[in-house]
Amino acid sequence: MTATIAGTALGPHLRRRRDAGRKLLAPYLTAGVCENWTDYLRAYADNGADAIEIGLPFSEPVVDGPTVQEASHQALRRGANVRDILAELRRVRLDVPLAAMTYYHLVQRDGLGPFCANLAEAGVRGLIVPDLPLDELGALEHAAEAAEVDLVLVAAPSSTPARLRDIAQRSRGFIYAVSVMAPTGVRAELADTAGQLAARLKQSTDLPVVLGFGIATPDHAVAGARDADGVAVGSALMRAILDGDTPAQVGARVAALRDALDRAYP
Amino acid sequence: MPDPGSAGRFGEYGGRFVPESLIPACAEVEEAFRQAWADAGFRRDLNRLLSVYAGRPTALTPAWRLSAELGVTLLLKREDLAHTGSHKINNVLGQALLAKRMGRTRLIAETGAGQHGVATATAAALLGLSATVFMGEKDMARQELNVHRMRVLGAEAVPVTSGSRTLKDATSEAMRYWVTCVDEAYYCLGSVMGPHPYPWMVREFQRVIGDEARAQCAAELPAAIPDYVVACVGGGSNAAGTFAGFADTKAQLVGVEAAGGAAIADGRVAVMHGHRSYAVQDEHGQILEAESIAAGLDYPGVGPEHAHLHDIGRARYVTVTDDEVLAAVRRLARSEGILPALESAHAVAWVIRAAEGGELPQHATVLLTLSGRGDKDTATLLEVAR
Repeated sequence: MTATIAGTALGPHLRRRRDAGRKLLAPYLTAGVCENWTDYLRAYADNGADAIEIGLPFSEPVVDGPTVQEASHQALRRGANVRDILAELRRVRLDVPLAAMTYYHLVQRDGLGPFCANLAEAGVRGLIVPDLPLDELGALEHAAEAAEVDLVLVAAPSSTPARLRDIAQRSRGFIYAVSVMAPTGVRAELADTAGQLAARLKQSTDLPVVLGFGIATPDHAVAGARDADGVAVGSALMRAILDGDTPAQVGARVAALRDALDRAYP
Repeated sequence: MPDPGSAGRFGEYGGRFVPESLIPACAEVEEAFRQAWADAGFRRDLNRLLSVYAGRPTALTPAWRLSAELGVTLLLKREDLAHTGSHKINNVLGQALLAKRMGRTRLIAETGAGQHGVATATAAALLGLSATVFMGEKDMARQELNVHRMRVLGAEAVPVTSGSRTLKDATSEAMRYWVTCVDEAYYCLGSVMGPHPYPWMVREFQRVIGDEARAQCAAELPAAIPDYVVACVGGGSNAAGTFAGFADTKAQLVGVEAAGGAAIADGRVAVMHGHRSYAVQDEHGQILEAESIAAGLDYPGVGPEHAHLHDIGRARYVTVTDDEVLAAVRRLARSEGILPALESAHAVAWVIRAAEGGELPQHATVLLTLSGRGDKDTATLLEVAR
């Protein structure tokens, strides 16, 4: 592997790629889901990921649909925990930046400052906390900034215009736009709300806007990236991993998503 | 016990820790509740339903024989006599009226023992709303009767198969489902927990227990105020409602948790299901499954106001074991002819232990909220008897 760039902030990396005309692809992996989980990170990186979202499993994943719930519970049954996951990540060298996705309970448990510092020390330079809305950001915003971790905020189809403005202003790295009013999970069609939200966000910020939730296929990715700067893909990949796909097989799925984006947006 | 303000804080607890998708819905519920609670017409409608439908005021029954045995004066606030058999109906009638006022057509709820589910199904039927109730598969098996009651009342009872298949997972699933239908559905939360304004709103809907009990104690007791006010605590809604009536007195407030799921006695600060409070967790912060013979008390967390009352020393929280609870059920049943819910029997068990162990002074006066009746638990009692 090449030397890690995970130690540099997400924002400049994604912005550079976006500005070069590339649609961003951010695949998700539940850390600890199987013994060789870090091999999947390499497969993601080698097949066209621009950033990788790493789920730190929590027992009460209230934002997640059945597939990511199953992945989280499988990881926890295997004994996965934040300390060991970060220790494993320290040994991984990738050429894409990493962002952790987890719930606020795990973030605040041992203190916000230590949590963010531990992330940064493991090379994770982004943090997404889906159950921590704008109103409760408070101290985490400062702790993340002090540790040079980009605190990525989530925007929803139900967000008011005023909240979208605040989210755009306070988010770092990129903005995670939730495509649909639903938990994470594979859906047959991409919701109409997806493009609308991405377009609204793009009007008020120059931060990259990455659309997630319900993006499963290359067609979804292409449709989602029309109004957004890129897409996040989670449950579809996790389903494959839970069903036994190897890193090479999952890497091929990521490559197909990459290829579709590159063809549609040359 | 004040208004927790726009941030919904009880000291450092409470708040609104939900996905961005749900923020507008929570804000809308808060605004609607503030307006309704300040509206004499809404209060009149609710009070009328509580009176002519739910059977309020509920009785304050002296536990004559048990009091004599224990050497204390024990008064039982009889929420078991409320319609549907528990205090849950107070809160649900309030929230269902609020949902109607907000133009919602559906109620979503979670339930552990099934009492909140039955109350929600009941209020939905009464007010012409539909109801979807999430219940852990494990709880469904041990509370089959309540599941059937919900369905007869016209509610959809949805089994939750994730995680520990109990109340905590049903709560997560109800919140996930709420995201998908916020425009037409109202989340009718069953206890003093969840994102602001739920912990406060549910306490306000349950404070009728404490307010009534205070007036009844004034008529019953020479000192007007009992020395102790005792209630069981899972999420803690019957306790919060009872304590609210006595917060400004010198009465000692005692919350009784299940030893196998004692959020305050054994827990640490947690952010779960929309609020910050205490919850039982492992060394890595993962929330543990709670164990209790009472399905309504095996929730690993507790409402944020209880965490605050504990921190400031205004209330204290104790635990009792399943064995003590079973003994308390038999004792109350045989001495007073009242079969309490296993949840409520936690409070009875502590009073028996404290009186017999000398912790309660002779002639102490004790108000105990009997939050529900034990009919729903007969299958569990039968199993234990075998």
